[in-house]
Amino acid sequence: MAGLRATIRVQAEPFDVAAESAALTAGRRDLGAVVSFTGLCRDEDGRLAALEIEHYPGMAEAEIARVAAQAEARWPLGGLCIVHRHGLIAPGEPIVLVVTASRHRAAAFEAACFLMDYLKTSAPFWKKEHFADGTAGDWVAAKAADEAAAGRWDSEG
Amino acid sequence: MKAVYFAWVRERIGIPQEILDPPPEVVTARDLIAWLRTRGEGYEHAFENSATIRVAIDRVHAKHDAEIAGAREVAFFPPMTGG
Repeated sequence: MAGLRATIRVQAEPFDVAAESAALTAGRRDLGAVVSFTGLCRDEDGRLAALEIEHYPGMAEAEIARVAAQAEARWPLGGLCIVHRHGLIAPGEPIVLVVTASRHRAAAFEAACFLMDYLKTSAPFWKKEHFADGTAGDWVAAKAADEAAAGRWDSEG
Repeated sequence: MKAVYFAWVRERIGIPQEILDPPPEVVTARDLIAWLRTRGEGYEHAFENSATIRVAIDRVHAKHDAEIAGAREVAFFPPMTGG
């Protein structure tokens, strides 16, 4: 949608879901739907002490912007905010946020889903596990299911 | 040209980035990977399953057959696991 300026941030600090959502809709009377997705760090049944997220500075922001532009071209969005954290993240803390706003709910729901599927497979971030028993964990392996989830948007296009 | 490495590619090679001056027969990203593999044990380990390695040229995803001529920055990393 012409004129939509997406908010895109890559940061170490936690974010406030309610504040980001409120900022997106402040002063707006044209929006009928806001969808937000927050990805959290799981402790994997107590096994994990933290996730360490490495990113490619510069490309991470650029790649998120590219995916955001695809979503804007595909759905009539009235607002878009994407925040992705890096660094050490403890279980329970948020990792990633996608907020989409539109006149009608379908666009906001679908665009949020599309954005998450593509962020997982194309934004340059990598997770490393730190175990609760103090031992060094390994890099999280990419899942075929995530690739498949992103791929389904091609066939539905 | 600057080469940058991330995640376990970075750990196996042992450095996050370096300046490379590959010979003229290195034309594609695939050629560059093959040439890097000759540079030592860490590189060999990093690129042992080279088909799984992702490449970005000047911060844009690229295929292994993409040409690297004129590139300022070539990145090598494992499949991404963000989100």
